[in-house]
Amino acid sequence: MAEHCAVVGIGQTKHRESRRDLSMPGLIRVAALQALEDADMTFKDVDAIVIGTAPDMFEGIMMPELFLADALGAAGKPIFRVHTAGSVGGSTAVVASHLVQAGVHEKVLTVGFEKQSESNAMWALSPAIPFQPQLVAGAGGYFAPLIRAYIRRSDAHLDTGCMVAVKDREHGLLNPCAHLHLKQSLEQVKASPMLWDPIRYSETCPSSDGAVAIVLVNDKHADRVKNPAWVKGTSVRTERTFFAGRDQVNPGAGKQCAKDVYDQAGISNPFTEIDCAEIYVPFSWFEPMWLENLGFAEEGSGWKMTMEGKTKLGAEMPINMSGGVMCTNPIGASGMLRFAEAARQVRGTADKHQVDGAKVALGHAYGGGSQFFAMWIVSSER
Amino acid sequence: MRDVAIVSFAQLPSVRVSNATDEAELVQSVTSEAMKQVGITQDDIGFTCSGSTDYLPGRPFSFVAAVDGLKAWPPIRESHVEMDGGFALYEAWVRLLHGDIDTALVFSFGKCSLASVPDVLNLQNDPYYVQPLGLDSISAAALQAQALIDSGRATERDFAEVAVRNRKNALDNPNAQIKGDFSVDELLEEPYLSSPLRKSFCSPLSDSAAAIVLAAGDTAKKLANRPAWIRGIDHRTEPHSLGQRDLTTSPSSELAGEKAGVGKGKVDVAELHAPFAHQELILCDALGLGDDVIVNPSGGALAANSLMTAGLIRFGEAASRVLGGEVDRVVAHTTSGVCLQHNLVAVLEGD
Repeated sequence: MAEHCAVVGIGQTKHRESRRDLSMPGLIRVAALQALEDADMTFKDVDAIVIGTAPDMFEGIMMPELFLADALGAAGKPIFRVHTAGSVGGSTAVVASHLVQAGVHEKVLTVGFEKQSESNAMWALSPAIPFQPQLVAGAGGYFAPLIRAYIRRSDAHLDTGCMVAVKDREHGLLNPCAHLHLKQSLEQVKASPMLWDPIRYSETCPSSDGAVAIVLVNDKHADRVKNPAWVKGTSVRTERTFFAGRDQVNPGAGKQCAKDVYDQAGISNPFTEIDCAEIYVPFSWFEPMWLENLGFAEEGSGWKMTMEGKTKLGAEMPINMSGGVMCTNPIGASGMLRFAEAARQVRGTADKHQVDGAKVALGHAYGGGSQFFAMWIVSSER
Repeated sequence: MRDVAIVSFAQLPSVRVSNATDEAELVQSVTSEAMKQVGITQDDIGFTCSGSTDYLPGRPFSFVAAVDGLKAWPPIRESHVEMDGGFALYEAWVRLLHGDIDTALVFSFGKCSLASVPDVLNLQNDPYYVQPLGLDSISAAALQAQALIDSGRATERDFAEVAVRNRKNALDNPNAQIKGDFSVDELLEEPYLSSPLRKSFCSPLSDSAAAIVLAAGDTAKKLANRPAWIRGIDHRTEPHSLGQRDLTTSPSSELAGEKAGVGKGKVDVAELHAPFAHQELILCDALGLGDDVIVNPSGGALAANSLMTAGLIRFGEAASRVLGGEVDRVVAHTTSGVCLQHNLVAVLEGD
């Protein structure tokens, strides 16, 4: 690694079910301009752009980086498009950070977006693939059996998923950009309709329009701001979809990705050495599952951490301080939002959902049927 | 910066329809072959990156199935770009510069037989103002070709000469789809598909897949007798709207070529990703390639054009000539978007 890399600018839109007031170029431009302003830069300062979004088919545009180049001031510059399923927002930020760390560019703008109101992700995610059984309706149909397996294995309290939903929505109330601003009691969540047993309606993420942008720079430009977030480790891991013995509840790719990123950041005990984490929880039960996969809890005991309230803001291991994917899900941006929120925490700019004195934070994203993982560790110290 | 080289290249023959193979099967055979050439397996690969598009199979996340063509257990470091495989190679090159890993596998696949490609490519246009007009890729390229004629810099005969040369070159390429010894006058008698483009001035639609192994420093020297070192690589884009560009030039190729150092030495061979005959003329001009450069000895995209793969094949074809010791310095190019909006240029050299 030739260069250190720091986050010096972060921007995001207000996320909503439908941003009818903004076109796709408008959406990403709002986030990009905010990030540049935060970094005390303009488009002219940017050397290269990396853009990520979920399947092109969602919005009906093939290779949207071509159409969106103008909105990001990319003419005459390199613009790169990443697509790694739901983990794409995370992988995109990783690719952008690598351009800086490898010494290819000094100042890189990275952007993630989705305009779900111009598509229907639920049915786009229910394809009939030749020679494969058509398993599911939407992502919930895929993940529900995994959650049932988790409950059986760990003998988890059945309220765990509902507790996560209540907690994340509480956090979301503190985040003005969050899509959902809902005050929900445990009873209300439990009373919501069952969609894919054991996933209730209130235990799912919303469909959002939104964009997020991050400005990454090398040492030379990091003093543009007084509080850069230093990238201490980045990692991606992938495993096959089909093979005998695959553990989709606690995937090997996730464990290995976490170990790699902790090793790079010199972390041996994530629970004590990481101050807070933004992790990809599209269905509430994934909080306890990922707590175990990421090594914050012993296998089989992640749900206890949640039930004991340890993952709340102000508790020992705050998880998804921004309200997470449970409050905001512009799919192609969701992973990068996790990475950006982690950086905001260590920069001390998370306002009402700031974890006091946060110095080290984890950003996490996953995708597909839990085959794809991307993570980074950011720190207030170089 | 670390030295990174192409050490092997494999491709499947480009054919009009490859019925019996799905993504995983295409990927499995071609990646195994590329690794076998240098005596390694997936366990020896540090990073894997691929390029493909969902708009050929017509379903989201089609690349996910391709991962099942790899030995991705234990888990691997892997990424995917919704771009031509040439750009996947760029990401892998960046990853190797870090220094913690020494090898990368790059692959791409595209089955044009699954879609009506010229119409699908309209989906690359502005969705609000241009897509509803139905500007298919051949009509868009025809506007560019006509602009080139109007500028006085080329004629239809020049386009025909490009097509004749490429298809003649393809006679020596067992993987090419369209090949033969045609005459310029014969091609000029073909009816227009979209004036001034005739069928032979346009690339065919192919099913294929390709794979390249990259290696850094001493590992590259161990794996290949004569690695094709990436001496410079850069990509640039242009404004999206056709009306904002001078379609008769390619400033993004010119800039990328300059950054990659094309003009720093004599170029022996150039493999240019030009899906339409006139685009080869524009690219040669932008990259400053003179008459002494052998352009597209493989037959180029006019002889075989698997969408998302044809650009990576240009890298492979160019590198093969260095790996085989035939020449010393080559240029590889990949394009993306309508009328050459986005271009990637690399210079490869042998020791």
